[in-house]
Amino acid sequence: MNIYNIIQEIEKTDPEVYERLDGRRDALKKFTGFAGKAAALTLPFVLLGGMFKKAYGQSTAQIIAVLNFALTLEYLESEFYKKGVATGGLIAAADLPGFTTVRDHEVAHVALLRSTITALGGTPVTFTLANFDYTAGNGSMAGPYATVFTSYDTFLAVSQAFEDTGVRAYKGQAGNLISNNEVLTAALQIHSVEARHAAYVRYIRQKRGATANKPWITGNDAGGIPGVAAVYAGEENTTQAGVSIVGIGGQSIFTNAATEAFDEPLTQAQVTAIVDPFII
Amino acid sequence: MELIKKKNAFLDQYASRNVSRRNFLRYSGMAGASAVIVGSTVLSSCSKDDDDDNGVNLGSGDTGILNYAYALEQLEAAFYIQVITSQYSGITAAETSYLTDIRDHEIAHREFFKAALGANAIQALQVDFSSVNFSSRASVLGTAKTFEDLGVSAYNGAGKLLTDGNNLLIAGKIVSVEARHAALIRELLATNSFAASDVVDANGLDKARTPGEVLAMADPFITTKINASNLPTS
Repeated sequence: MNIYNIIQEIEKTDPEVYERLDGRRDALKKFTGFAGKAAALTLPFVLLGGMFKKAYGQSTAQIIAVLNFALTLEYLESEFYKKGVATGGLIAAADLPGFTTVRDHEVAHVALLRSTITALGGTPVTFTLANFDYTAGNGSMAGPYATVFTSYDTFLAVSQAFEDTGVRAYKGQAGNLISNNEVLTAALQIHSVEARHAAYVRYIRQKRGATANKPWITGNDAGGIPGVAAVYAGEENTTQAGVSIVGIGGQSIFTNAATEAFDEPLTQAQVTAIVDPFII
Repeated sequence: MELIKKKNAFLDQYASRNVSRRNFLRYSGMAGASAVIVGSTVLSSCSKDDDDDNGVNLGSGDTGILNYAYALEQLEAAFYIQVITSQYSGITAAETSYLTDIRDHEIAHREFFKAALGANAIQALQVDFSSVNFSSRASVLGTAKTFEDLGVSAYNGAGKLLTDGNNLLIAGKIVSVEARHAALIRELLATNSFAASDVVDANGLDKARTPGEVLAMADPFITTKINASNLPTS
C-alpha cells in the first residue's frame, strides 16, 4: 500500500487527516498531485512513520507537561504522608504500617516521575512541605481541615480526597500519553496503585463510622467529607460509551452498582481547582 | 509501520460492523452449525472470527483487546456469582455485602463489553472452579485476590495495546475499580496488605502483564480454549 492510498483510507474515518498533517500539507499536496504514485511507493517508511507520529501522537513537550502535572500531585501526596507518618500519635497504631506503605509509594512516584521527565529532556518541578497548606487554607494554615495533623479522622478525610482525586487525575491524562507506550504503562501502573490506596483509606473510614463510604465510589457520594463535592462530581455517571449500565443485559444491576463499577476521569483544570487551596 | 497496521485493524473493525449477522454467518461458513461446544455451555453469541480447533479467537486490534478484557470479566463474574450462591462458612454480613457489590461490578463489566463489542463479541466461556473450595473463606478470598490482582495487571499491560483513546479511557475506568477490589480483598485476608510488595514494586508501580502471561495464569480456570494469536503486541 502506498502513502496516497493510506491517507485516503484514513480520510474515510478522519476527514481532517490533511489538517493533522499540518505543516506538511503543502508538501503532501505536491506529492500526491504531480509527484505521482510511483514516487509514493519509494517514500521511506521511516519518514512516513514520523509523519503519523507527529499527526496523531503527542509531542515530547506535551508529555513532559502531563508528567509535571502528575509530579505536582505526587509531591502534594508525598509531603502529606511524610508529615502524617512522622507525627506521633496521629495515625492509629494498627494503620501505621499501611500509611507507611502509602508514603513510600508516593515518595517513589516522585522519584520515578522526576527521572522520567529528566530522561525526556524536561525539567521536573520541585515542591517542599513549605509549599503546601494541608488545611486547605491557601497558606493561612487555618482552612477547613485545620485539624489535619491533630485529628486522625480529619487526616483520613483529606487522604481519601487526595487519593480519589489522584485516581481521577491519572485516568484523565492516560489519553494524553497514548503515543508513548513506556510512559503510558508507567502512568497506568501508578494509577492502579493510587486506587489501591484510595480503597484502603475508604475502608478504614468505613470501619470508623462512615458506614456508606465503601472502598468504591457510590454515585457522587463524598463519604461525609465536607467541601469535596468537586472530587466526586461526575462519578454518578451510569452510561459508558453510549451503553446504559443500569439493568444491562437484563441483569439486576441497580444504579449504585452501575456507578461503582466504573470510576470517572477529571480534567487537569478540574484537578487543579480541587488542589489549589492546598498549594501555597 | 506498527501504527499503520493498527490503523488498518481499526478500519477493519468498523467496516465489519456494517456486515449483517446473516451475511457474517454466510461468509464465515458457520451458518446452521454451532461453533465450538464446550462442556454444557450453550453458546449465545457469535464472534466475527472463526472459532476452530485453535480455540475461540479474540480477534485483532482494539477489538481483540476488548474481547480479551471481556474474557477476564466473564471469568470474574462467574466466580463471584458462585461465591454468593454458595457462601463460605462463617461469612460476615460485611463480607457478604462487599462480595455482592463486587459480583455486581463484574457482571456490569461483563455485560458492558458484550454490548459494546456487539457482533464482534466472543462467545460465553466455560469456566472451571474445581480447584476452589467455595465453603472455605481462605480458598474463596485467596482466589479472589488472584483474580483481582491478575485483572489489574492485565489492564495495566493492555493499555498500550489500544489505539483508540476512548477504549483506553474505558479500560482506565474499569481497572481502578478492579484495584479497589484487590485492595479490599487483600485487607480482608491480611491487614495492611492492600498494596504489598508482592504486587507493588520499589518504584511504587503495580504489575503490568502481557495478554500471554495473563491468559496462562487464567488458563486453569477457563475450560474453553482461547486463541490470542491475533492480538496486537505493541
